[in-house]
Amino acid sequence: MKNRLHKYWIAYTTITRKEVLRFSRIWVQTIIPPVVTVALYFIIFGNLIGPRIGEMDGMSYIDFIMPGLIMMSIITNSYANVVSSFYGAKFSRHIEEMLVSPIPNVVILLGFLTGGIARGLAVGLAVTVISLVFTNIQIHNLWVIFSVAILTALLFSLAGLINGVYATSFDDISIIPTFVLTPLTYLGGIFYSIQLLPDFWQNASLGNPILYMINSFRFGFLGITDINLGLAFSVIIAFIVILFTISMHLLNRGIGIRT
Amino acid sequence: MYALEISQLRKTYSNGFEALKGIDLRVNKGDFFALLGPNGAGKSTCIGIISSLINKSSGSVKIFDHDLDTDLIRAKSRLGMMPQEFNFNIFEPVQEIIANQGGYYGVSSSDVKKRTEYLLRELGLWDKRELQARDLSGGMKRRLMIARALIHQPDLLILDEPTAGVDIELRRSMWDFMREINRQGTTIILTTHYLEEAEQMCRNLAIIDHGEIIQHTSMKALLKTLNSETFVLYVNNNLKQLPQVKGPFALNLVDEHTLEVDIPKEQSLNDLIMQLDNQGLKIDSMRNKVNRLEELFVSLINDKIPQQPQEQA
Repeated sequence: MKNRLHKYWIAYTTITRKEVLRFSRIWVQTIIPPVVTVALYFIIFGNLIGPRIGEMDGMSYIDFIMPGLIMMSIITNSYANVVSSFYGAKFSRHIEEMLVSPIPNVVILLGFLTGGIARGLAVGLAVTVISLVFTNIQIHNLWVIFSVAILTALLFSLAGLINGVYATSFDDISIIPTFVLTPLTYLGGIFYSIQLLPDFWQNASLGNPILYMINSFRFGFLGITDINLGLAFSVIIAFIVILFTISMHLLNRGIGIRT
Repeated sequence: MYALEISQLRKTYSNGFEALKGIDLRVNKGDFFALLGPNGAGKSTCIGIISSLINKSSGSVKIFDHDLDTDLIRAKSRLGMMPQEFNFNIFEPVQEIIANQGGYYGVSSSDVKKRTEYLLRELGLWDKRELQARDLSGGMKRRLMIARALIHQPDLLILDEPTAGVDIELRRSMWDFMREINRQGTTIILTTHYLEEAEQMCRNLAIIDHGEIIQHTSMKALLKTLNSETFVLYVNNNLKQLPQVKGPFALNLVDEHTLEVDIPKEQSLNDLIMQLDNQGLKIDSMRNKVNRLEELFVSLINDKIPQQPQEQA
């Protein structure tokens, strides 16, 4: 048993290493673009438009949007890493290297997820560094910042894997990010507090899971949130459990990867 | 214990196509076994099920007594697989592809390093180890897949068309390598369209057609059933018409310098050559038209000879 676990550990570290190398090799495509995008957000929304907006929840506008922009980078990059890597492996059939090997599906899943989390956090860190140029970063609760960042990256890595399983063309891996993920992220309170919204839209916003992630992340930096922190963690963890269960089911059934 | 034991294996695809119709197959430990059949016969489906890339409809598959249904992980750990189509990441360097495969099988990094060097040197790829796989030639890619399949030292190696598109010199060096791997104790199942390859390398074989095993026997026993051979004779003279000869020789005029003759296996060629010589025809050279297994294969697929009882060497 110990020997077998050791072999699984080697397999897990191999997949993780492969995934990390994959996005590290093409850092110009994977790390730099989100940093440039967020820098533009800071310049336009923070420096140019922000002073006209004034304060948001008692914070300068640029400080208010900073956690949301970092979180947006973590979400999109953890998702993009797993969906593109998994679908790419399916497309060129090198997923078969893993499928014929004596690796339990849970190890394959964890390997891909770790790769997604690694890219999400790498980009998040790069964006945080660039935000130092534009904002005065405060740290209210480091534990909350790290735990929300990791859990969110995990959640969207899972979502990316499910997308990758069902994708049958490269179009399929961009449809969800474009038509679902981006709108939900923008409407998830990056640029505003939901307190500004009419009651109906405040309630409607509560159905958006990204709202919970952005608000709890913002709490970690600024100590302000529109959402109860316990509720936010519960929602994030509940989504992780659901998506993990779905992912395992898909891999065990071989949907999209076995004939 | 068999290296591979397949019982009543069936596969029906979702479109209703029945690719395997309840096949039984046994491969002895240490064997060099050929799995032959025309395109679309069910070979790839069978190999796909053994390597767990295709879900079977019913039946059982055991690799060294490990049932794929109940002991999948152990069964997989004994199997090395070289598929027909390239299925590696073309952007990864050669040695990384092999090292990753070793990692998936739980081989420690120090062992992976040693074995990678050994395999790449044996297969003539050591100098290419840092190249991306996309920069390799077709033959090199095939050798890369063999190296990858062997990194975890499998007990059963399945080679699906390992020499397809490979030039004859390289093919022969790959045959030597495969023979050596088999001599060291690895059971090998080979599928190939080069029947000469199967005839030279394999001790036992199965022929699959339309999802059914139509032969499962030893190479020796099968070749014994061949009762005629075709020879091509190159004649010095200009042939205007087919020479008339007596005896069980079926002659065919190919062109003005070439004759083909079907002769029964037990019949000597001397009689024919003497008859041709008496007619003033001088034979410059001669050769077998096709190899023996190829002839049998075509006969079997066209249902020309009866099935032989199962016998394995």
